[in-house]
Amino acid sequence: MTITLIFLAFVMATLIFWLLKQTLNTQPWVSDAEADAVSGMSLNTNPQTIGLTTFLAVATSMFALFASAYTLRMTMPDWSPMNEPMVLWANTGFLILASISYQWTSSIALKSNTQKIKLGLITAGLFSIFFLIGQLSAWQQLIEKGMYISSNPSIAFFYVLTAMHGLHLLGGLYVWARSIIRVSRDADAEAIRLSVELCTVYWHFLLLVWALLFSLMIST
Amino acid sequence: MAFVAYADRDHEQEHHDPQTFLTKYVWSQDHKVIAIQYGGIAILVGLIALGLSILMRLQLGFPNSFALINPESYYQFVTMHGMIMVVYLLTALFLGGFGNYLIPLMCGARDMVFPFLNMLSVWFYFLSVIILLASFFVPGGTTGAGWTLYPPQSISGGTPGSGMGIILMLVSLAVFIVAATMGGLNYVTTVLQARCKGMTLMRMPLSIWGIFMATVLALLAFPALLVSAIMMILDTTIKTSFFMPAMISAGEQLSYNDGSPILFQHLFWFFGHPEVYIVALPAFGLVSDVLATHARKNIFGYRMMVWAILAIGGLSFIVWAHHMYVSGMNPYFGFFFATTTLIIAVPTALKVYNWVLTLWQGNIHLRVPMLFAIAFIFTFIHGGLTGIFLGNVVIDLPLSDTYFVVAHFHMVMGVSPVLVVFASLYHWFPLMSGKMFNETLGKWHFWLTFLGAYSVYLPMHYLGFQGVPRRYFSMGTTDFLPESAQMLNASITVSAIILAAAQSLFFINIFMSLWKGKKAEKNCWGATSLEWLTPDQPPKHGNWGHNLPEVHRWAYDYSVPGQDQDYTPQTVPASEVPVGREHGVSTGFAFEEVEKK
Repeated sequence: MTITLIFLAFVMATLIFWLLKQTLNTQPWVSDAEADAVSGMSLNTNPQTIGLTTFLAVATSMFALFASAYTLRMTMPDWSPMNEPMVLWANTGFLILASISYQWTSSIALKSNTQKIKLGLITAGLFSIFFLIGQLSAWQQLIEKGMYISSNPSIAFFYVLTAMHGLHLLGGLYVWARSIIRVSRDADAEAIRLSVELCTVYWHFLLLVWALLFSLMIST
Repeated sequence: MAFVAYADRDHEQEHHDPQTFLTKYVWSQDHKVIAIQYGGIAILVGLIALGLSILMRLQLGFPNSFALINPESYYQFVTMHGMIMVVYLLTALFLGGFGNYLIPLMCGARDMVFPFLNMLSVWFYFLSVIILLASFFVPGGTTGAGWTLYPPQSISGGTPGSGMGIILMLVSLAVFIVAATMGGLNYVTTVLQARCKGMTLMRMPLSIWGIFMATVLALLAFPALLVSAIMMILDTTIKTSFFMPAMISAGEQLSYNDGSPILFQHLFWFFGHPEVYIVALPAFGLVSDVLATHARKNIFGYRMMVWAILAIGGLSFIVWAHHMYVSGMNPYFGFFFATTTLIIAVPTALKVYNWVLTLWQGNIHLRVPMLFAIAFIFTFIHGGLTGIFLGNVVIDLPLSDTYFVVAHFHMVMGVSPVLVVFASLYHWFPLMSGKMFNETLGKWHFWLTFLGAYSVYLPMHYLGFQGVPRRYFSMGTTDFLPESAQMLNASITVSAIILAAAQSLFFINIFMSLWKGKKAEKNCWGATSLEWLTPDQPPKHGNWGHNLPEVHRWAYDYSVPGQDQDYTPQTVPASEVPVGREHGVSTGFAFEEVEKK
């Protein structure tokens, strides 16, 4: 459980350090004109960003727990390392390209260039879909080799981890589709920019998670 | 880039009241309606769990006297009772019910930040309950593996509900976690970003602190249950071997390999222990506010209370293996977890001292909510002290499988939070309904509940010391148990039936009060926090009429010397109170009075 504990220690330390900065020397029973003027907003950002950050903490907790379970389970005698399909390297490339596309779109969104935003979004979405198709083809290759989910725990973890990661990407693609619709309808520029920014953060997160999971799987 | 706060943007936003019956009461996005939906579903499913506990007690008190109860059904009752009470009643009621109702009102917001997500949350919760209850009606019935669902037992043939029953339980839990996550994102974001002007974090009532930290725990701990549920579903359906070891069942070698049941235990308790605090922390917060209001005194050590909540939250992630002392763990590992368990008792004890010191020299009004709140202090100390026993490995080993543990966790995690639920429901009922409840009926309900709970759980400690094992359908002819143990069991069962029946007083009181109760005065308890200061009682959609409130003080200015009334609402500016008496702690006032005497 070390992986999860490290992550949780980081989250709790961040939260408590932040609260420490906010509140340690406050005496709430004393009237305080400065406090009266406080806006009621703890962080200088929009609620959607806070919502996404919180969700990313939840998702990280889940993947950290899967990784902890993986490292605990691999100590049992029946564990045999699997040879990961080579297509996973290409898939990783697609996900990196999707992430780069989103980063580019995010910078374009600041200038409100609708056509370019649309182009960037479509590119990012296509690369993400290629990634998912690539992951499915990796599954197909394993099945053709007779490496089923119940064959060995390392293979079972491969299926589960790729499925969970893929589901998160599918959820992201739902929001991506909404962004495309929003851009096509020439919605409010601020709403488009926010949507693109949040998706960019989410895609970078999914890339990082995939990089860590892939590293864990190929190194064991 | 600077962002404009919710409170400052309020005038820009149009607030459309829901017009149709469906949008107002069914697909409602109003946090108050969602809170009541959460609460209603939780209480209904809780009543089912209460009924199951009575069936269990009938078997234990009067063994083999009822044809309905056989070993299989007994274990199914035990499992469903535990799981429903912990997850589907208490977690849902504290976070979904009280969290939804109180966060926007106490923070001075119009609603949750993501109302649509909030609505989805309650419907996912409802779906999870439906899936759970459906397991009663599938072949083999509901799972009987115990609420901890330990493999290999839970998915091995011979355990009741090892087919569809366990699958439905796991699916239901997964759906519940999705619901809790959607709700949790709302609670965290609303507390952090949507408070009204002047509401600093340290001016928030402790209820909000407790619910906030419990939500953080839920968001981080529930994934452990989700991960274990996913892997166990795969072990059950596709015959993977995440948790299932190689084993022979009914003379037949099963297809599993070297799965690790201990891995499941780690994952389960990594969720399971924070879960204790997911229930306890909101209870700590709510009871603090009820105590301060009805003792007419500021909460003692507010800052310490906040830090204790945060410390308990942080520490709750490093005590999980104290539930696993009997799993054959390394003694050094046990030593570590015993130490962390004793450390977490420190901030918890601080809270207890502060509640007692809040009562000291207070102007205590023994109304129904206060009775329940004071009773909570008794039962929580009781359950907490036995927890210190069980936190030590050498004491836990002989007691772990006895009724001492049943008594401990029911006192600390069953009775105590339920007493806070009642304290809070009675306290906020006038706000939620606009009606007063019947005080006499409420007091009858309290005394029967308090004494009933003690007559059920106190004797269980003795049974535990005598070595009466828990989880047994029937004791049979166990030589080391005296006959008096069975007599005590019968008496516990009778008490439990009376205790369960006494809860009908609560429902009669609520329904009668809703039907023809006296209209509640505005802010009938003389409270300081924002939820009592809405223009309408009960608050309407949008909560605050045209203007959001502005806060100028903390939520505990009770009995401020020199003030005409014994409370100063959070919205009263310093300029409106006498100079030098502008806050709850005057310069040694209480001590001056004592010295004069």
